[in-house]
Amino acid sequence: MHRLLTEAGNGIIESLSSERARRLSRRDFLKATGMAGGGLMLAIGLPADGGRGGRLAHAQQATAKAPYPPAAFIRIGTDDSITVLINKLEFGQGVFTSMAMLVAEDLDCDWSKVRAQHAPAAQVYAHPSFGIQMTGGSESISSSWQQYRTIGASARLMLIQAAAKQWGVSTERIDTRSGMVIEIGGQKRRASYGSLAEAAMQLPAPARAGIKADPKDFEIIGKPTRRIDSREKVNGSAEFAIDKKLPGLRVAVVARPPVFGGRMAKLDAEKAKAVKGVVAVLPVQVDRGGIGVAVIADGYWPAKQARDLLTIEWALPIGITTTEQLAQYRQLAQQPGLPARREGDANAVAAAARRIDAEFTFPYLAHAAMEPLNCVVDLQAEKMTVWCGSQFQTVDQVLAATAAGLKQEQVEIVTTFAGGGFGRRANPNADYVVEAVRVAREMKKAGIDAPVKVIWSREDDMKGGYYRPLHVHRVSVGLDDKGMPAGWQHVIVGQSITKGSAFEKYMVKDGVDVTMTEGVVDTPYRLPNMQLSVHHPEVNVPVLWWRSVGHTHTAFVMETLIDEMAAAAKQDPIAYRLALLDSKHLRHRAVLALVREKSGWDKSAPKGYGRGVAVHESFGSVCAHVVEVSVDNKRIRVHRVTSAIDCGTAVNPLTIEAQVQSAMVYGLSAALYGKITLANGRVEQGNFTDYPVVRIDEMPQMSVHIVPSTAAPTGVGEPGTPPIAPAVANAVAAATGKRLRNLPFDLAA
Amino acid sequence: MIELNINGRAMTVDADPSTPLLWALRDDLGLTGTKFGCGIAACGACTVHVDGQPKRACVTPVSSVVGARITTIEAMETDRVGRAVQDAWIRNDVVQCGYCQSGQVMAATALLKDKKNPSDRDIDEAMTGIACRCGTYARIRAAIKDAAKSLG
Repeated sequence: MHRLLTEAGNGIIESLSSERARRLSRRDFLKATGMAGGGLMLAIGLPADGGRGGRLAHAQQATAKAPYPPAAFIRIGTDDSITVLINKLEFGQGVFTSMAMLVAEDLDCDWSKVRAQHAPAAQVYAHPSFGIQMTGGSESISSSWQQYRTIGASARLMLIQAAAKQWGVSTERIDTRSGMVIEIGGQKRRASYGSLAEAAMQLPAPARAGIKADPKDFEIIGKPTRRIDSREKVNGSAEFAIDKKLPGLRVAVVARPPVFGGRMAKLDAEKAKAVKGVVAVLPVQVDRGGIGVAVIADGYWPAKQARDLLTIEWALPIGITTTEQLAQYRQLAQQPGLPARREGDANAVAAAARRIDAEFTFPYLAHAAMEPLNCVVDLQAEKMTVWCGSQFQTVDQVLAATAAGLKQEQVEIVTTFAGGGFGRRANPNADYVVEAVRVAREMKKAGIDAPVKVIWSREDDMKGGYYRPLHVHRVSVGLDDKGMPAGWQHVIVGQSITKGSAFEKYMVKDGVDVTMTEGVVDTPYRLPNMQLSVHHPEVNVPVLWWRSVGHTHTAFVMETLIDEMAAAAKQDPIAYRLALLDSKHLRHRAVLALVREKSGWDKSAPKGYGRGVAVHESFGSVCAHVVEVSVDNKRIRVHRVTSAIDCGTAVNPLTIEAQVQSAMVYGLSAALYGKITLANGRVEQGNFTDYPVVRIDEMPQMSVHIVPSTAAPTGVGEPGTPPIAPAVANAVAAATGKRLRNLPFDLAA
Repeated sequence: MIELNINGRAMTVDADPSTPLLWALRDDLGLTGTKFGCGIAACGACTVHVDGQPKRACVTPVSSVVGARITTIEAMETDRVGRAVQDAWIRNDVVQCGYCQSGQVMAATALLKDKKNPSDRDIDEAMTGIACRCGTYARIRAAIKDAAKSLG
């Protein structure tokens, strides 16, 4: 997910159908492209014009056209309840609350009456500029800021019109207040939204609806607002896909090939079939052209027990070993690759007074969301219902339809809560959804007429691929005699995330995947004579975006090197950064100033502690962390994290604090522990025992500070991740003098 | 047939005695509030109370809890301490994705039943077994202290 995707429009859905189909069969291809044509709907977006509405106390701003039918997004009950349909996935980031707040602000309703629910998969719910219904790129609020507020404003106008009609007065004589429509003067009549809703929603949506222009008029936006999905999540009643209950529901687990793309060659299922509760054992096509074996049973336990009793001979492709892969990447990094940025003099580093040569390595990382992958499919003759917590609803819809041999409109995707995702549930191949559909199809063929829930064990999930790619960076920095940058040569080696997918044509430019260079190519620092190039080796390990994508590694390289340069220049790390940030980067400067003040940077660090800073821009926001660490017995302990973020208008400060904490913890787990390795194509980790994550006893004291802003909101879910690992590394360097360049950190190495 | 005492009621499950309590709860009894996270007692999402003690249901065979008092997240709203923990969770806006929170609430409730005013170290000991990938730890700690205060 990337801002370049804004060019994509509906092309993603179109190419998804075709790209995917091309890899299937000609028959499927024809079907899919035909479907893509039929599935394409109106391109919808908000015009940039800025007419003014000007009506009553509801101050107007840049009025946007209202092409979104409010009835598709808001349901007003006769009990005055307001249900907002959320076109994103609620997987922790708080969209049920913050997106409902956007509607409520311009609908002028009573917040205590507001509920939220997931929208179904449909083109009307597509991202306003990406053309697919998706959750990612920390875009939920920024992409809904105009859209959801305009929908709220439109619905409000419709309620006013309904009242005007009923009362026989002009709309000019009607205002609203917190869920009530009120007649000004005259008979001073009042009616609740609930009493007018039915009449209102039958009216045509207004062509224009103004949203509040002056942040001073905000009554909900900007107020710390508690989540509206808390009660169900603390009493066990919130429904995740894995919790779905259906009459006759079967549970399947799949034995997948131990090397990606492997195929079952010979199967002995006799013992497995003898397990009580087992219904069938069926070969099934799995991701990347592989063939696995599905065990269908009454429940997860018998299915899992039976799977353990299968004897399978596999035909496997040659598998990679990450230690060898790393050695090859290191070799590659010695020479320039495809150019991504070429500026000034390529020999500047060689001519510089001093230089820093550094190599960095980053492992594959699993997303390891708490809810293991799963998907529920009810396949009927002419229709199919799929329940999953997906970040890519319409992508899944198209690919599920292809896999089932149905049309897109015959597939209903029911979005449930998801127990985390972090990018794993936004798969251009829809791997776990397509596989579940294939299991359902095999069951149908075998005469088993029942819906099925495919559950991945933790090991299945962790070994199942789609990792943050492994990377090597090699950088040579030339410094002048004052320690200021004079030249920069940078080579990055890593698999492209989007090559070969429907996203390639939007995200690969001149052979360079922009999701790998983001954070370097657009560095805010004045770095003269920058030469950046990349290598994209082809490796048989599926890779994917992982919370903050390319920034997971680029921020580390840039922010630890800047720190090292500051040390070489004998300058304060924040002062050095400020010296390299020009007036175009006022947000970076403001974030650094805030984190400096709140962390007590100018006082010395507590005795025995090292202090480090890092700042990084991603997903439109700028975030900085100052951390204090101690190192004891080669063990790094992070005691305190002070964070500052500029994310434009802070829609819900409570959510922003939670997301910055969350992103920090996620990045800290990776920095301290995260590592997926392969030996002969087999993933060596499988559970939280060998892929540890940060627990409560390692949670630092943390404070999050938001730079006040009235600009449009920018990303919040991811920007807290990139700067944490470099801040910790810089703090370790301050404490020990040792520069950490290999992730995860290993002080014993 | 195996008879179990769950949330004060006698319930029967038709399952192999080695079946983990987790799957008896989820697949046989429809009590899906208890979550599957790792299957090896490494994440704590499946935490329930067995005779008042926190237990990982994913590695607890049903045969081992016959005759014991089993309590799940579904019973916490009517439990004085459980309800106080849930309310504190909401006041402190703890949850994010919510998937691990049944386990967090069960572990915190067991802690507060055992210790009225837990120290930070007590909290670490009781809660470190429950992983949260959303990183809700800071608010969990605050909510446990808040719940302790509300219980007096």
